[in-house]
Amino acid sequence: MPDANPKPWTETTIVGKSIPRIDGPEKLSGEAKYTLDQNLPDMLYAATVRCPHAHARVTKVDVSRAAAVPGVRAILSDADKDCNIPWYRGSRLFDPHCRYEGEEVATVAAETQQQTWDAVRAIEVQYEKLPFVSSMVDALKPGASKVQDGGNIVQPNNFSRGDVAKGFAEADVVVEETFQTSCLLHTPVEVHGSVAHWEGDHLTIWDSTQFPFTTQAGVASALKIPLSKVRVIARHMGGGFGSKIDLSKYTVLAALLARKTGRPVKYCLSREEELLCVGNRPAHNLRLKAGVKKDGTLTAFELRGNSEIGAYPAGDSAAYLVRELYVCPNVKTEEAPVFINAGQSRAFRAPGFPQSAWALEQTMDTLAEKIGMDPVEFRLKNISMVCGVDGNKPYTSIGLPQCLREGAKAFGWTEARAKAKRDGPIVRGVGVASGMWGYLAPPISTAIVRFYADGSVNLNIGAADLGTGTRTIMAQVVAEELGVPMAQIEVENADTGTTQFSDGAGGSKTCMVDSPAVRTAALEVKARLLEMASAQLNVPVADLKLAGGEISGPGGNPKVAVGRLRTLQTQRVVVGVGTRAPHPADKAVRPFGTHFAEVEVNKRTGEVRVVRMLAAQDSGRVMNLLTYRNQVLGGMTQGIGFALTEHRVLDAGTGKMLNRNFHDYKIPTAMDVPADLTVLPIDPHDTEVNSTGTKGLGEPALVPAAAAIANAFYHATGVRLARAPITPAAVLEVLNAKRG
Amino acid sequence: MDKGFSRRGFFNSLAAGATEAALIGAAIDQKAQAGGLEAPEGETVKVVLQVNGQTHTILAEPRWTLLHILRDRLGFTGTKQGCERGECGACTVLIDGVARNACLTLAVEASGKKITTIEGLMDGAELGPVQQAFLEEDGYQCGFCTSGQMISAEALLRKTPSPAIEQIREGLSGNLCRCGAYGHIFRAVNRAAELKKAGR
Repeated sequence: MPDANPKPWTETTIVGKSIPRIDGPEKLSGEAKYTLDQNLPDMLYAATVRCPHAHARVTKVDVSRAAAVPGVRAILSDADKDCNIPWYRGSRLFDPHCRYEGEEVATVAAETQQQTWDAVRAIEVQYEKLPFVSSMVDALKPGASKVQDGGNIVQPNNFSRGDVAKGFAEADVVVEETFQTSCLLHTPVEVHGSVAHWEGDHLTIWDSTQFPFTTQAGVASALKIPLSKVRVIARHMGGGFGSKIDLSKYTVLAALLARKTGRPVKYCLSREEELLCVGNRPAHNLRLKAGVKKDGTLTAFELRGNSEIGAYPAGDSAAYLVRELYVCPNVKTEEAPVFINAGQSRAFRAPGFPQSAWALEQTMDTLAEKIGMDPVEFRLKNISMVCGVDGNKPYTSIGLPQCLREGAKAFGWTEARAKAKRDGPIVRGVGVASGMWGYLAPPISTAIVRFYADGSVNLNIGAADLGTGTRTIMAQVVAEELGVPMAQIEVENADTGTTQFSDGAGGSKTCMVDSPAVRTAALEVKARLLEMASAQLNVPVADLKLAGGEISGPGGNPKVAVGRLRTLQTQRVVVGVGTRAPHPADKAVRPFGTHFAEVEVNKRTGEVRVVRMLAAQDSGRVMNLLTYRNQVLGGMTQGIGFALTEHRVLDAGTGKMLNRNFHDYKIPTAMDVPADLTVLPIDPHDTEVNSTGTKGLGEPALVPAAAAIANAFYHATGVRLARAPITPAAVLEVLNAKRG
Repeated sequence: MDKGFSRRGFFNSLAAGATEAALIGAAIDQKAQAGGLEAPEGETVKVVLQVNGQTHTILAEPRWTLLHILRDRLGFTGTKQGCERGECGACTVLIDGVARNACLTLAVEASGKKITTIEGLMDGAELGPVQQAFLEEDGYQCGFCTSGQMISAEALLRKTPSPAIEQIREGLSGNLCRCGAYGHIFRAVNRAAELKKAGR
């Protein structure tokens, strides 16, 4: 077996370079088939009747009129015994007790998508409306209507070290503020969807999922069929951001309809369904109290928080950064997620972390001002070089000081800070914020490299590529080790029928988990090729070198083209299987980052414009400069939405969502994003984290963005806006209040 | 049935829109009008579309959008569906050279018009200049909004061969990219302008 943890690269020729994506031509020509593009012969379409109320009980479902609608081939509701499938906790597929607007009541399959809409209209449903709660404030009031039988507070999540009372007593300055963040929606441009196709007792599902193996397991469990009978394919993915990590009902419904009709069924959600039903970043209320000494030493943090996680249990915390980012001996965090009658929250790009940064990094700004320190210097003084939540383990690497220093230099922080403009109708300021990300499941990955007799390679990995560049990066690893041109590498991935288990494209862990396994597999192939050459050339393996498709001895002689290896020509293929070593046991693994933002605020209209941003990221090794930069741009861009425009609005009177479309739920457009976005990679040359030196990029690239914009807003206006998003109306309100 | 169900109102409005546009675009018989949305199966009208230079004749229900015909009837799945409300721009195609949302265009409206989809920007089997530029500058992440971005870029560059950054931003402002690749998209449009000028 090959060494699962080979020594890190010292230099690279392919890895780290700006190489266009290998699946680019496929995507840019329009040929790439995403799940929504799968059109199978004889395929039916599906659509669902959903509860229109925030909280209701279904008292009657009459499908008789719908069954007569032209083109309708099947209708499923709670009346079907096949649909008695447990879901959430104590609920089922078509549970008559609907706890949020959008819960499934009945589903139809028809010949065309339009006919499914006809049928949905023709299904008659009677509801008994029930009292609802649509905000955590209401949900926590005495006598509030209960979302779940056990009440509206989910199991609290608490953490403590030291003694915060003592810490605040020691402080020279204590500040306290309530920060609020809004409920945000993932909105991948490809909505969620599945195409289900049975051949005998074998089910194939094309699914727009980040975790094909989770879909496979979930469907097998729901339908009570063996894993071996379910194949899930997720070759091309139109974005996910966390919303496609869990199994959702539509996938099981597509499979049930396909089984009932004996025909393939495509069920793609509408945009409205996507916004209502398949996850969100929960809103948070975070009361943060902090103490500091005049010399900049932090003495205590105390966080009390609630979040609105929707109608069913979901994990959530916004305390991570408060606990870990800075040296602080006394920390207490108490969080209680709260049920409300709305769609269940789901992991959204660094779940909890941008909220945590919103509170902590604005507080750090306030503290720095109170003690007269520069915000960059104040942060540099307090960075924790050990992991305060994990036995004070050292990090495998921490590039955060460099992110702050080199970022500040590249941004022109000192000059820009001094040049803030506070007079006139348009004011201008700059802000900074830091962050990190931590998510570590056991790193399970198996990669297979097949090296063919003509020197081309097939790389087989389980991980999905949801737009991050996974396929390209993994091919670069193979090219690096085997000297195969990128164009001769085919990557087969995210197919439970043909690839091996991978934990999935979430948690910013694909690169760090899978690329070492790919490297090991490639090294295995290399070892076999060198053995073949050694036998053929009568040169010891240790004296042979593989480069440019040739294996050569000392000084270049003797040599043989890989394609001329006699054993390879006979056996036609060399197969390398790679797994990877566990995470280091005695070290903590974290990517870090610091963002700088400059904003203009129009005091007459309340509009905030991001003029420029810079992101300095330490995610370990840069695997591909193009895709790296792109992901960080994406983090900054989504941070602009978090800070300035995005929030789900639930109507207080009805509990229904008011902005269920892209017109009213505003994600950043080309007009909202400055052309001046700079990405500054910081590579700490981590030789301990794993054999590729990578720590994860997608999520940390978002974490500090919104907080940096909020701090720039404060610098420009002198007013702290603790509630996201910073809308023109909110800006005018605080500016008017300041004027008195 | 609960009268407050907004889905009902939404579909009724769809039906009204479909009927109205069908009357403009082509003749349909009395029964279909009287029956509103629920036209019997087979109640179709002939639609002639020139897609990327080839003529297609299709029998379409009056309510079918151009997007539906392109993707589900003709197999041009490079044109993506993102919202069906004209808000995300993923379905942008050129209709007689003008960038339009295929989801807001009924097939009967597009009858007789020249449609260019992303497949039509190819240079034979090779990527065309706009596509090549998006490849080189990594002007996409997941790639799902990208067809629409590139069609909007094509429309922009035909009118404005050397766009300033503000013109690029405005020209692509109807195309949402949730991955947030705008920074690279801006560069890609500049690169496409260069490639086009160089005769690619």
